[in-house]
Amino acid sequence: MGLDQSFIGRAYPPGTPYRVSREKIAEFAKAIGDTSPVRHDPEAARAAGHRDVVAPPTFLIILTLGIVDVLANDPDLGLDYGRLVHGDQSFTHHRPATAGDRLTVTTTIEDIFARAGNDFLTVRTDIADDAGEPVCTGRAQLVVRGEDV
Amino acid sequence: MTDVAKGYELPPLAVDVTRADLVRYAGASLDFNPIHWSDRVATSVGLPGVIAHGMYTMALANRLVTDWAGDAGKVLACSARFTRPVVVPDDDEGARIEFSGTVTDVTDGVATVTVTAKFDGRTVLAKATAQVRL
Repeated sequence: MGLDQSFIGRAYPPGTPYRVSREKIAEFAKAIGDTSPVRHDPEAARAAGHRDVVAPPTFLIILTLGIVDVLANDPDLGLDYGRLVHGDQSFTHHRPATAGDRLTVTTTIEDIFARAGNDFLTVRTDIADDAGEPVCTGRAQLVVRGEDV
Repeated sequence: MTDVAKGYELPPLAVDVTRADLVRYAGASLDFNPIHWSDRVATSVGLPGVIAHGMYTMALANRLVTDWAGDAGKVLACSARFTRPVVVPDDDEGARIEFSGTVTDVTDGVATVTVTAKFDGRTVLAKATAQVRL
């Protein structure tokens, strides 16, 4: 029990870029019942001033979920995946993600603290495009439930 | 939308979430955690049964916002805290989640919408907000 607080500030480099496709946006939109034309029709998206179909506000969880694997695979951190719970999530969009984007994710552990027998990690994900321009900043609080909680 | 003011209430949304919806969302979001499709695994970690992805509930909360705003590109930020699980039974009716949204602030042409998500009469998200450019 008790994650090492010296991991605060640790950054994990970006992995392979993720290419956002029209098909994945449409699939995600359908899964959440979103029938808006800007998700499904490139012409409608362009008419609304976008380069291509626009991702729903929480779409980029597809990229940020991968951070859990990154953290769980860090043997020094010693995260117990089976006890991991998603506490909260936020996204700040610097611009809308659209089909055609090639995105990379840099993960940083912003905070680690223990409370009531549980460990809390605040993890920031900086999502950038091919040009290195910021697209979205995500923040997740991950909770590692204690043994007897 | 330019005359939206604090206190404005968005059209509400009710969604009946079934196991099939969870499977579809799992595939779309690439979140294959078995607590969202296996009763065996869910109960082994102390849950009453299969639960919906918190991110699925958050996505639906934001659908309430984008259905109203008309364009996802207008959502500048969104956040939510996952406070209570939505237990989804293995039947045809599923679990009903009821969403409502209220504009709680308007500053410099950006509205803050606070969303309430209720399942079984209790809230399942806390601090669920979205910033929307008007």
